[in-house]
Amino acid sequence: METNQYLEVFIDESKEHLQSINDQLLQLEKNPQDLTIVNEIFRSAHTLKGMSATMGYQDLSNLTHKMENVLDAVRNEKVLVDEGILDVVFDSVDDLEAMVIDIAEGGSGERNVERVVELLKNIENGEGGAAEPAAASTSKKTETASLLSIDEYTKAALEQSSELGKSNYQIEVTLREDCLLKAARVYMVFEILEQSGDVIKSSPSVEALENEDFETSFQVLLVTEDSPEDIEGQIKKVSEIENVHVTVYQISEETREEADSQSPQKERDGQEKAPVQKEEKEGKQVGSKTIRINIDRLDALMNLFEELVIDRGRLEQISDDLKHTELRETVERMTRISGDLQSIILNMRMVPVEQVFNRFPRMVRQLSKDLNKKIDLSVVGAETELDRTVIDEIGDPLVHLIRNAIDHGIEGPVEREAKGKPATGKLELKAYHSGNHVFIEISDDGGGINRDKVVRKAVSNRVVTEEQAAAMTDSQVFDLIMESGFSTADTISDVSGRGVGLDVVKNTIESLGGSISVDSVLDEGSIFSIQLPLTLSIISVMLVEVQKEKYAVPLSSIIETAIVKKEEIMHAHNKKVIDFRGKVVPLVFLKDVLSVPQELDEEEYYSVVIVRKGEKMAALVVNSFIGQQEVVLKSLGDYLSGAFAISGATILGDGQVALILDSNALIK
Amino acid sequence: MAEENKKLKVIVFQINNEEYTVPVNLVGSIERLMPITRVPGTKSFVKGVLNLRGVVTPVIDLRQRFGIEEVADTDATRIITVKIHEMSVGLIVDAANDVLDLDEESIEPPPEVIGTAEADYIQGVSKLDQRLFILLNLEKVLAKDDVHELNELYV
Repeated sequence: METNQYLEVFIDESKEHLQSINDQLLQLEKNPQDLTIVNEIFRSAHTLKGMSATMGYQDLSNLTHKMENVLDAVRNEKVLVDEGILDVVFDSVDDLEAMVIDIAEGGSGERNVERVVELLKNIENGEGGAAEPAAASTSKKTETASLLSIDEYTKAALEQSSELGKSNYQIEVTLREDCLLKAARVYMVFEILEQSGDVIKSSPSVEALENEDFETSFQVLLVTEDSPEDIEGQIKKVSEIENVHVTVYQISEETREEADSQSPQKERDGQEKAPVQKEEKEGKQVGSKTIRINIDRLDALMNLFEELVIDRGRLEQISDDLKHTELRETVERMTRISGDLQSIILNMRMVPVEQVFNRFPRMVRQLSKDLNKKIDLSVVGAETELDRTVIDEIGDPLVHLIRNAIDHGIEGPVEREAKGKPATGKLELKAYHSGNHVFIEISDDGGGINRDKVVRKAVSNRVVTEEQAAAMTDSQVFDLIMESGFSTADTISDVSGRGVGLDVVKNTIESLGGSISVDSVLDEGSIFSIQLPLTLSIISVMLVEVQKEKYAVPLSSIIETAIVKKEEIMHAHNKKVIDFRGKVVPLVFLKDVLSVPQELDEEEYYSVVIVRKGEKMAALVVNSFIGQQEVVLKSLGDYLSGAFAISGATILGDGQVALILDSNALIK
Repeated sequence: MAEENKKLKVIVFQINNEEYTVPVNLVGSIERLMPITRVPGTKSFVKGVLNLRGVVTPVIDLRQRFGIEEVADTDATRIITVKIHEMSVGLIVDAANDVLDLDEESIEPPPEVIGTAEADYIQGVSKLDQRLFILLNLEKVLAKDDVHELNELYV
C-alpha cells in the first residue's frame, strides 16, 4: 500500500486526536450537560475513524466507529452521560491509544477489543433507537429550510439564468451511511456539477462539506443547460452515493415569504454558528503556518550551529588580536546575527510543557479511583516552553512526584473530613518562567511531611546521626526524603513506596542541570519545586583563569564578581571568609580545590566570583577574569563522567578545551 | 600456506621500546600531540581532555597507566584514539608506525611466570619474525573504576 509516507503523519495526528478526546472527556465529566463538548469529541473520533480506515487499520476504525455511535447517542440526547459511560469510553480510548502505539512501533494495530465493543454496544442499544428517525427528519427539515432561504443576490442570479434559457435545479445527494471519505465524494460530486453548470448555493456550506461537517445528505442549487436526468446519471456514477434527487427549483413569492420568515431564525443560527466557524478558520490559519519537522533535522541544525558558535569565538579572538577595524566590524556584525540565529534555533526546539502535562489529568483520575480518594487537579502554565531534550526527560520524574502526592500526600476523604478539610484534595501542577529557568511546582493540600517520622527513618537508616538531625532545619530534613533508600510510607503500595524513587527523581533532575526542593507544613500540604534550565546546549559563562588554567563558571549561578584585599579576609572556625554585603561568605580557593599547579606569584588582591546555590553562597577565588562568553556545553565523555566539581567542557575560540565548573558541588 | 589462517589486523605502537598492538577496528585515528586540558580530581595517568575535531575526548598516558617512568614528548609521540562501548579515549604512546596482520593462531596467552600479576590488561602476545607484540585488552586498560581520585575529598 502506498500509505507508508503518510504513516508518520497518521500516527502524529491520531495521537493528537486521542489526546484531544481525552481532554474533552475530562471536561465532559465535569459538565455532563454540555453537548458542545460531545460534539468536539465526536469530531475528533470521526476524523480518527476516517483516517484509520483510509490507512487500512480496520480494528482501529471499527472501535472508533462503535465509540462514535455511543457519542452520537449522547449528542442526540438519547443517552445521558454518567460515570459508567465515561468509564467505557475512557477504556476504549485506552484501547485506541494502545493500537496507535502498536502501529507506531511497526505493528498492525490489531487488538482484541471485544469486551469494550460489547460494552459500547450495550450503551448504544440500552436506551437508543426510537429517537433517531425523529432527529434525522428534523435535521433534514432545517437543511431544506436553510437552502430555501436565499438572499436577494442569489435570487437575481437565478432569475437571470432562466432568462438565458438555463434551468435551476435543486439537487439532493445522499451518501451511503458507511461512506468513509465523505469529503472526497462531495468533491467528486461538485466537480461533475461544476462541469455542467454553476453551483449557486449549497447546504450545508461548501466549507462545512469539505470538513465532513454534515450527516449523509446535502443539497445544491445548480444553474445548468443540461437535463436533470443527465445530471442525476453522472452523479450516480460516483461510488458510495446512496441516492440523487434532482428537482426544478421554483422561485416563487411563497419562497420569498418563507425566506423572510426564516430570516430571524437564520440570523440566530448564524450567530450561533459564527463563533464555531471562526474558531475553525483560526485553526486553519495556524495550521497553514506550521510545518512538521523531523526532530533529527533540528538536532542536526543545532549541532551545525554549535560548530558555528565555536568558530565565532575563534574569529572574535583573532579580530581582537589583529586590531583590524574592518575585520572587527564584520565580526561584530556576524556575532549579532548569529546571536539572533541562536535564539531562533533555540526557540524552534522549545515545546510547551503541555506535552508532558496533558497526560496527567487521566492519570490522576485513574489513581484517585484506584485509591478511593477525591482529587481535584489544576494545571497552571501548561503553555510554558522548555527545550525538547528537557521535556523528554522530565516526564517520568513528574509522574513519580504526582503519584507520591496522591498516594502519600493527599489523605482519604474520611481522614480529610476528620481534620476539618474539604473531602476533595487539591493537587496543583504549575509551570512558569523565571530568568533563565523554568520552574515546575507540584503542590498538594494533603498531610504534609512529618518531620519526626523523617528524622526517625533517617536515623534508623543511618543517613544521619541523631545529633545531626536535631541541628537540622526543616528544609534540610525534608531534603532527606530524596536521599537514596528512603521511603516513609507505612505500607508499600503499587503506586509508590518501593524506596527507590525520590532519589531517582532528584538524580534525573540534577543530570538535566536542574534542582529540586521540598517545602511542607504538617497537615497543610507539601510543595515540590523543580528548577530547570531553559536549554541544555548553549550557555552563558564567565571565563576565569586559575593560575594558567581556564575555567568557565555558568553565569546563571553567579551573583557578582569582586576584588577583595587580603586584609579583608577574616577567619571563622579555621575557614577563610569575607564580608559580602553584610553576609559572611566562605572563600573557596579554586587553586587548591582543583589542585592547579602554582605558577603565578601571590598578589595583594583576590579576584573572587560569588556564586550561590539556593540560599547559600561561596566566593570562588580565581586569578583573573577573562570575560563573559556564550559557549557550547559538551560532555566530558563517558570515561571521565562524574569528575568532581566539573559539569562539562567547552571548546574555546583558540580550539582548546575549558572545563565548566559545577558551582553547586563547591557549596556545601 | 594453502589454507588461509584468520588474520587480525592491528595497529602497532611503541612504549618504552616494546611493541604493543590494538585491533585496527577499534582505532579511530592517530594524531600528533595537541594541547590537552587537565581535568582535576583524576588519576595522574589521565592527562585531561582535548578537542578532537569538535569532540571533547579524554586522553590517558599509557606509560603512566602501565607504571613506566615518564619521558619528555618527542616528535614521534602520538595520540591514538580508540573507541569501545561508544566511549572515545585518546592514548598517548611513544610512537605509532605500523599496521600488521597477525595470525590469530599465533596469539598466545601472556606468560605468567614473569610475575607481573597486575597486568590484566594484556590479552596475549604474538611473535612474528623475531618481533614480540603485546596485545592490549582495551576494556581493562580503560576500566572506569579507578579513574577518579577520592571525589569526596572536599566535602
